[in-house]
Amino acid sequence: MQAGPEVSGQEGVDRRVLLLRPHDNCLIACAPIAAGTRLMLDGGAITVAQDVALGHKIARKALRAGDKVLRCDAVIGSLTRDVAPGEHLHLHNLQSDYLPTYTLADGGRFVDGSPSAKDSA
Amino acid sequence: MTDQPAVRLSGYLRKDGRKGIRNLVVVAYLVECAHHVAREITAAFRHQPVHLVGFPGCYPNEYADKVMRQLLTHPNVGAVLLVSLGCESFNKQGLEELVHASGRPVHTLTIQETGGTRATIAQGEEWVRQALEAIADAPRVPMGVEELVIGTVCGGSDGTSGITANPAVGRAFDALIERGATCIFEETGELVGCEPHMQQRAATPELGREIVRCVAKAARYYSVLGHGSFAPGNADGGLTTQEEKSLGAYAKSGASVIQGILKPGDLAPTGGLYLLDVVPDGEVRFGFPNISDNAEIVELISCGAHLTLFTTGRGSVVGSAISPVIKVCANPDTYDKLPDDMDVNAGRILRAQASLDAVGDEIFDLALRVARGEPSKSEGLGHQEFILTYKSFTEKGPACLPTKTPIPLQPA
Repeated sequence: MQAGPEVSGQEGVDRRVLLLRPHDNCLIACAPIAAGTRLMLDGGAITVAQDVALGHKIARKALRAGDKVLRCDAVIGSLTRDVAPGEHLHLHNLQSDYLPTYTLADGGRFVDGSPSAKDSA
Repeated sequence: MTDQPAVRLSGYLRKDGRKGIRNLVVVAYLVECAHHVAREITAAFRHQPVHLVGFPGCYPNEYADKVMRQLLTHPNVGAVLLVSLGCESFNKQGLEELVHASGRPVHTLTIQETGGTRATIAQGEEWVRQALEAIADAPRVPMGVEELVIGTVCGGSDGTSGITANPAVGRAFDALIERGATCIFEETGELVGCEPHMQQRAATPELGREIVRCVAKAARYYSVLGHGSFAPGNADGGLTTQEEKSLGAYAKSGASVIQGILKPGDLAPTGGLYLLDVVPDGEVRFGFPNISDNAEIVELISCGAHLTLFTTGRGSVVGSAISPVIKVCANPDTYDKLPDDMDVNAGRILRAQASLDAVGDEIFDLALRVARGEPSKSEGLGHQEFILTYKSFTEKGPACLPTKTPIPLQPA
């Protein structure tokens, strides 16, 4: 099992995103991508649902709440809600299976930014 | 790179059989109180191979003693001047005896017995001048890639690090290991979430369990300190979870079998890939395990690293004393801002100007050129950062290393 990303499944995939491994269910933006952009993938086209910044993730296909997100063949967390192809995957719908993710709230305080913390608040 | 089946290097042969890719005089202060005098001595040799290292503490520390012993008998070092104030507790006599037994010219100047600052600087400069002459003709002998030890570290990471520079370094590591070199990765605190994957890559099941323990220790240590490695800037860069961030750092290790776990100052007994455990054992004491990137680079060098591959997204500019540092820049925008400080532009991958394999090849080729004597960017700019502070470790378990007899710390 390779540890490093490998774009071996990239044939036929739009160069504005990286498909790091053939079985990954997310794509990585190589540049800022505007909402509404159509990306050609080997299995057809998807439409990017929100503006996505460089280095951020996009759902490659429809996913269900509870599904694991695979990046480089490794699990990077679980989805907290259903996701359509082309949706931005980040703190609002993806959470760690290990530790809460702390972000800076207004005023510079560290807060638990994971979806379950927001839902229970 | 693959059209050169047997890459030949040349190195400075040391008495313990290891070979250096540089031939330096190192001036080492043994307490902060001797730092200024030692720095003034090295300042007289600004564009010559004279480097400054040291330990600031007045109280003894086994870890610092072990690391300093390894640094001053590192194969890149040809001669050593120790600068002592006189009343600190560092075992300078033991250190001088060790360096002497390793076949290197060595001398100790004790400021309190040498007539103070001015006299010690004058005597130090004179000794370094003679040492430079004495080692100038050191013979170079053929050296193979399999004799190289190469470390990797990341600093100033962003969302691009894990998709460009880190996996490209992983490719270079795999190519080096294929040719028998020893490669070392570290940052166990940033490998939380990767331990099941690392366990599968371990050479033995026992080592796999040690790796899991090692990462659990790091997770506990950082939680006591109240700080994981995930910073708010990481989320801005597109990283969502700790395990996703870890995955990016982990990509530097490539895909080779993990042969063992080292602690600072341990030498790998074989070629192949090793994990350096930088997080102290036992109760949390002395603060953060590594206060900044150079503390980790020094620990890699204490494990014999001839050079370090440093990946950066935001743009670190540091180098190191003793062993050159090669900068692999993950972010193409950062590369455009700091081209004089960056050796490799791995950000070309994001602009579809290069593949991961091509950048991996470029890093491999550059590592060999630097091993042959070409200065890296930071080395050419005179960067020689150095940090050594307090830590405590216990002995490794028997499952941590392959069974070949380890290289002894003391020369035979």
